[in-house]
Formats: sequence, structure tokens, C-alpha cells
Amino acid sequence: MSGIGRYWRLFRVQVRSSVLLGLQYRADFVLDGVVSLFWTLTALVPLFTVFHLRQSVAGWTFEEALLVTGWFTLLEAILEGAINPSLTAVVEHIRKGTLDFVLLKPADAQFLVSTARFEPWRSTNVVTALVLWIVAFVRMGRLPSAWGSAAAVLLLLTATALLYSLWILTVSAAFYVVKIDNLTNLFNSIFDAARWPVEVFRGVMRWVFTFIIPLALMTTFPAQAMLGRLPLTALAWSVVGAGVFGWLARRVWLSSIAHYTSASS
Amino acid sequence: MSLRSTVRALPTLFRVGFAEMVAYRAEMLVWVLATTMPLIMLALWSAVAHDAPVGRFDQADFVAYFLACFIVRQLTGAWLAWQLSFEVRTGTLAMRLLRPLHPMVSYAVENLAAIPLRMVVAFPVAVIALLLTGASRLPHDPVVWVVFLVSLAGGWLITFLANAAIGTLALWTGSSVKLMDVWLALYMVFSGYLIPVELFPPALRGAIEVLPFRYQIGFPVELLTRGVHRGEALRLLLAQWAWVGLFLLAVRAIWRRGLERFAAYGG
Repeated sequence: MSGIGRYWRLFRVQVRSSVLLGLQYRADFVLDGVVSLFWTLTALVPLFTVFHLRQSVAGWTFEEALLVTGWFTLLEAILEGAINPSLTAVVEHIRKGTLDFVLLKPADAQFLVSTARFEPWRSTNVVTALVLWIVAFVRMGRLPSAWGSAAAVLLLLTATALLYSLWILTVSAAFYVVKIDNLTNLFNSIFDAARWPVEVFRGVMRWVFTFIIPLALMTTFPAQAMLGRLPLTALAWSVVGAGVFGWLARRVWLSSIAHYTSASS
Repeated sequence: MSLRSTVRALPTLFRVGFAEMVAYRAEMLVWVLATTMPLIMLALWSAVAHDAPVGRFDQADFVAYFLACFIVRQLTGAWLAWQLSFEVRTGTLAMRLLRPLHPMVSYAVENLAAIPLRMVVAFPVAVIALLLTGASRLPHDPVVWVVFLVSLAGGWLITFLANAAIGTLALWTGSSVKLMDVWLALYMVFSGYLIPVELFPPALRGAIEVLPFRYQIGFPVELLTRGVHRGEALRLLLAQWAWVGLFLLAVRAIWRRGLERFAAYGG
């Protein structure tokens, strides 16, 4: 119990220091917000074009697909604000060899690097996601189902856990490949597929996006839950899946750390 | 900095650039693998065309279109904006200015040196595209083939020069990566990379014809897959090269003004 208490205190210290750091670059906040809003809006153009031509695609109407896009936007915000900054910092550490200092500290290294930096002001997209959901439900003329909303909150947790685990797996690759800025790019470009309901993809691609890179669990399932049409078994599998991925990421991280041979010394 | 010595330096520069690409081949491969967007759009548009064709596009048309997109994107890529932004910030641009060669020439050769390796990836994709969709969509007119090759060069030049113009702005602002993000978002939507230009509403299509983005990628792809006839191909080619000229003038002007401000901090 005292262990958890200690990590909670550490967590608060880390958050405070990253907020202080962020306050130094206030002008960036506005610019980042504007640029990311611009990206989100232009990314909606294909959605509008597709549903301008068709009533429904792969069994999804415009409003339903908008919910998926909303979930994608929300997860992107979490990624930008809470996951990316820390893990970009790890990669810097690996490249420069300064990871040694982190490893020497008397706390779990994965915990330390994962909480090293938060940039909540990058998360302006949370608001965009809420707006997208509201628009979708207003157009449908209904409310999200009560049970479904509860499931969606649970799925938000599992989706965040999955996203984080996938990121840890990608970053573990940095121990071998070192130059990561393009790995980030690779991750983002694959994650882009989560913008669309998984039913859009066929055959192998759908299988991969459900089981190997579980994008379906992150955006399609929560949207289905909100609509009240996610089967209970799918919900259960999401929780199990997130657990499995978390465990796998932890194992891979530990074995990568074991391989780490400090760059500079 | 005579023209002759520049031309004499080109083969060596290219060899150095190519050797660098080979040295970082794993990184290069990751960049290529990150070009998943055409494949995602391919899946999406195939699902849209599942029951009935969209305009003139059936599923096979979309496969041909987006695989061609992938190939053209590989062959017309440039990343100068990020490179310039970085070199201005770290002051390493100073090293390039010392050489008896215009920095833009050395940047251009470095960016071009990536193409042979990218072709290695693009070629199998081209074969797959041909096997999947047949050769009937390819242009029959040899003139259109020539126009296609010239349009690839034009597309690369527009991409490179736009990168150069935006990258040079870092001399004023310290970093121009954010501005490049805005440009990139516009490029994605209006170039035909996500949505074939023909599928836009007519009102928007007029604007797209005037904007430079379509000439970076959509135009070569259409030449390859749409059966554009000779007259139209030549007319669009003219528009493309007008943009090349415009960007060339812009880069010249911005570069000259910007260099006066260059302070080479940290270098």
C-alpha cells in the first residue's frame, strides 16, 4: 500500500513539473490548438464526401460514422497530450544515452518515463470530439443509451490502455532502431485507419485491425456501445484484450531494457 | 559558383546522397511503410463502391487509382521543409553556405537521391496493381506517356519548391514546421490523395483546378488511370509547369531576403 502511495506522490510531482515547463511556452498553446483544429476539420472532408455520395457505407450511416470519428479525435487528443510527449522524451534519452539516469532512479523505469511529460494544452481536440458526438446525436434525434454510455466509459479506459500499450511496444523498437521520429510517423499513420468503422475494411485487414493492432476496440466498439448495439461478449473481450496487450507491452519493455547498452558511454 | 562547376559536382553529390540513403535504409523503409494513407482510402472507397459504382469508379478503378497514388507519392516525395527548419535552428545551414554551390542544388540532389530506393518499393506495387486491375486503364497514346513522365518531374518540383519556400520562412520565425502542417493538411484533401478530384462537387472542382495541390499527385495519377486524352493532358501539364515557375520565383525571392537575416546561432 505504501508503494502505491509513493507512486501517487511521484505522479503528482511529475505532473507539476510538466505543467511548469509548459507554462513557459504559452504562445505555442494557441498555435498548436489552431493547427490541430485545422487538421481535424480537413480530416472530416473525406467523411462528408463519402456520405454525400452514399446513404450508408458498410452498414454505417453518416451520424454513426461521425461517432467513430469523435472517438478517434478523443483518442488522438489523449495521445497528443498524455502519451506522445513522454514517449518522445524516452526516445531522446535512448538516442543520447541519458536513459541511464532514469534507470538509476529508485522507481520503476516504465512508470518514470511514461509520466515524464504531460502537455494537456495539446488536448484541444477533446472539445472537438464532444462537439462531434453532440452533433451526431442531435442529428439522430436521440440520446445515447444509458447502459451503452456506461460501457463507453469503460471502453475509454481500455482504449487508452491499448493505445498506451501499443505505444510502449513501438517505443521498445527504439532500443533497436534508435531513430524514432519516423516510428512515431509509422504509428500515427497506422492509427489513422481507426478514423473509420472497422467494417469498412475487409478480409485480412479487418482481422489485423481487430486482433493484431486492435483499432476496432478503440473507436468502433465504443461508438457501437453509445448506440447501444455492442454485444456484451465484445465488451468482455475488450477488457481481456486490453489486459493481454498491457501484459505483453510490459514483457517487451522489460526485455528491451535488458538489451539497452547506453549510447554515449 | 559557375554553372559548369555545379553541373560537374552533380554526379558526386548524387552518389553521396544515395550512399546516405543506403546507410539509413531501415529508416527509409519505415518512411515508406508509413505511407498507409492510400491503402486506407483504397479500403474505404472500395467499401463505398461495393454495391454500385461511384461516378465512373467501380472497385477495380479505386484499386488502380490508389495504388497509382502510392507509387506517385513515393516518386514525388520531398522533406526539405523539416530539414531546412532543423538546419536553421541548429545553425548547420552555415556549412552549406560555405560551399561553392547553391544550397538549394545540394538539397535537391539529396532529396532526389532517395528516389532509386523508393522505386525498389514502388515497382512491386506497380506489378501488383497491373495484375489486379489489368493494363486496360493505362494510356494508349505515347504522347500521354511522355506527358506523364514530365508531370512526375513537375509534381516533384512543386513539392520540393513548396517545401523550400515554407522551410525558408524558418529564417524569420525560427521554425516553420507548424505552417508546413497546415500546407500538408490542404495538400492531403485537395491533391486527390484522399479523394479523386472527379468525386468533388463541381463547384469545388473549379477551385482545385487552380490550386497547386492537384498537380503534385492527382494529375499524374489521373494520366495513368483515367484515359485522359492528349489535348486535356497537355493543357493540365501547362498549368502544372506554370505553378513550377511561380514557385521557383517565390523561392528565389524568399531565399534572398531570408539569408540576410541568417544568424547561424549555435553553429
